[in-house]
Amino acid sequence: MSNHPFSHLDALESEAIHIMREVAAECANPVLLFSGGKDSIVLLRLAEKAFRPGRFPFPLMHIDTEHNFPEVIAFRDHRVKELGERLIVRSMEDSIKKGRVVLRSETQSRNAFQSVTLLDAIAEFKFDACIGGARRDEEKARAKERIFSFRDEFGQWDPKNQRPELWDIYNTRTHPGENIRVFPISNWTELDVWEYIAREKLEVPEIYFAHTREVIRRAAGLLPVSHLVQPQAGEKVERIVVRFRTVGDMSCTCPVESDAATVEEIIAETAMTRITERGATRMDDQTSEASMELRKKEGYF
Amino acid sequence: MSAIEKISLDQTGLLRFITAGSVDDGKSTLIGRLLHDSKSIFEDQLTSITNTTRKRGAEGVDLSLLTDGLQAEREQGITIDVAYRYFATPKRKFIIADTPGHEQYTRNMVTGASTANLAIILIDARKGVLTQSRRHAYLASLVGIPHLVVAVNKMDLVDYSRAVFEKICSDFSAFAEKLNLRNIAYIPMSALNGDMVVERGDHLNWYQGATLMDLLETVSIEDDINREDFRFPVQWVCRPQTKELHDFRGYMGRIESGSVRTGDAVTVLPSGLSSRIKEILVYEGPVDEAFAPQSVTLTIEDHLDISRGDMLVKIGDTPQVTKAFDAMLCWLSEQPPDLNRKYLIKQTARVVKSVISRIDYRVDVNTMAQEAVNALKMNDIAHVGLKVQLPLVCDDYAGNRATGCFIIIDESSNNTVAAGMILPAEGSA
Ligand SMILES: Nc1nc2c(ncn2[C@@H]2O[C@H](COP(=O)(O)OP(=O)(O)O)[C@@H](O)[C@H]2O)c(=O)[nH]1
Ligand SMILES: [Mg+2]
Repeated sequence: MSNHPFSHLDALESEAIHIMREVAAECANPVLLFSGGKDSIVLLRLAEKAFRPGRFPFPLMHIDTEHNFPEVIAFRDHRVKELGERLIVRSMEDSIKKGRVVLRSETQSRNAFQSVTLLDAIAEFKFDACIGGARRDEEKARAKERIFSFRDEFGQWDPKNQRPELWDIYNTRTHPGENIRVFPISNWTELDVWEYIAREKLEVPEIYFAHTREVIRRAAGLLPVSHLVQPQAGEKVERIVVRFRTVGDMSCTCPVESDAATVEEIIAETAMTRITERGATRMDDQTSEASMELRKKEGYF
Repeated sequence: MSAIEKISLDQTGLLRFITAGSVDDGKSTLIGRLLHDSKSIFEDQLTSITNTTRKRGAEGVDLSLLTDGLQAEREQGITIDVAYRYFATPKRKFIIADTPGHEQYTRNMVTGASTANLAIILIDARKGVLTQSRRHAYLASLVGIPHLVVAVNKMDLVDYSRAVFEKICSDFSAFAEKLNLRNIAYIPMSALNGDMVVERGDHLNWYQGATLMDLLETVSIEDDINREDFRFPVQWVCRPQTKELHDFRGYMGRIESGSVRTGDAVTVLPSGLSSRIKEILVYEGPVDEAFAPQSVTLTIEDHLDISRGDMLVKIGDTPQVTKAFDAMLCWLSEQPPDLNRKYLIKQTARVVKSVISRIDYRVDVNTMAQEAVNALKMNDIAHVGLKVQLPLVCDDYAGNRATGCFIIIDESSNNTVAAGMILPAEGSA
């Protein structure tokens, strides 16, 4: 076999393709969550590898906080058009109008409320499986989550009562109203994702690369200045070279100081970075030791 | 960034391993040590666990907090489920399944072990080979983990004594022989101080073998997959039915073992019809040959009725096609099995109705004694007979892990209630 080098990326890719095909074959009405971020960009390539020359056996869906970076939304639409697949967009604004989400202020972070809009959309379309791009290296609670993560009819995750997951035989069964979140890239790290993006020559939104941006320093991190984030008394707007490691809600996604302007430079930086992706970039996960676990129990991705 | 060597992992592969040991043998500390000394712990994680250590009134950094991820675990200071950790060195990428060692958690170890290439069994040097160590070795052999490392930990507490180490090695190997376990490496270490984990340290100079990290980086895992017998379960049939691809029928799946070339004569099971491989397609285009564990699309020369759950194999190298077989089961559910009920079996891409027709015996995982029983409890390992409504296409687990394993699903709760490993058919081998 030595004439067939099979790299760790090949192994991860084949595992993910296998997972997607299981979902397509066994779930009645799956959907792939596409945000325009790097992890879901990888999912789309994996879906192409799993199903071409056929069409995807599921639509794509974006849960739009309307706090998105405009570059990301533009990228999302461009990529969907290129693929010729169907995109469903459900926005938090709808949930707010229906009174399902009540925000304290217009500029408050919306990450935590995505669950409501997601659960509404799952109910509307009767989805029984949502394929998402979460990775176990992101966070402590995720490290314990199954690849096929079962949710009850309220979308809740019960970490102490997970179905055992053996070999790569996945139990995809649900009762009506329940659903499964499926994470084909559970076993990938941030570095794997970037190496895969490089290998597959995947396009990603511009904001992942170093650029000059107006930011303010708040708490432990930098915040991008936008209509949602304005300097408060005593805060100073600085123009510095930054890039984003994740793309989320503009009001709480922090860029990192970096001059990595190409995928290769990002790989080099990621390989030696000393801070986790979420630690660096998500103010909403720093609130408490268990904040991700609490959100997941409530139906978050 | 110029001075830093770019990490390139290509062509080095992926090693999955588990750690097994009794409570307090040092599993979490060892994993923390591997991550720490391979520089895979991030600053914010270190800060967070340092804070937690302090909150509990202890000193320094408790590396075990790295893997104890859920709120309940952090509060109670115990590990309650399988957690996955990732790290990479320039030589390899690693996935660790951290499986708790409490008695009631046999199922967690079996779960973690099911995908592992290697198991590290921790033994506390002060305590030697205990009942629990035997249990972990038995489970490793049951699940067929190809490589085993016996890590004799806490050597610092026995003055790094060579005699203590050698006694433990001989005790363990006497026992391992009975289990038909091969490929065992023995390493003395102190996970707490870091001796022989990544660095050799200064205290174990009498030991000439590899450090744990050296071993993890170099152990050959190529043959952990069966390279002989081509097995291709069809997961999905691709029929685009577009104008250009009107008659295209691609069989999509993952090669579970062996390899295939265009032109190979194949049999479709269970139907037994035959054809030849016309094309092997990957996203980038057609290839001449493909091998496990690649995910590919195959087309064949003839129009045959092939659907999900069927298996393509090479003519002359066929697995069993059977409606009754024996298996070792690990019962995972709190509800005992009901021999009057139907359960679902999922094996490769097939889901079939089944009944457990016999429980021959239960294995006492501590003594390996076989006990006659009528019922099974959670965490029991048992030898059973099963009957299925439609035939399974399978190999015995010892010969082919991928096609010899299955799960049992309770149709009413939808829970996964058992993990199964198919035994050789009577009369064969
Ligand atoms: N002296 C000494 N103590 C150790 C060593 N490894 C682990 N420990 C201690 O043993 C206790 C249990 O370790 P832990 O990693 O939580 O064990 P686990 O229950 O197997 O995960 C902790 O207090 C560790 O600090 C070692 O090599 N030497
Ligand atoms: Mg532990």
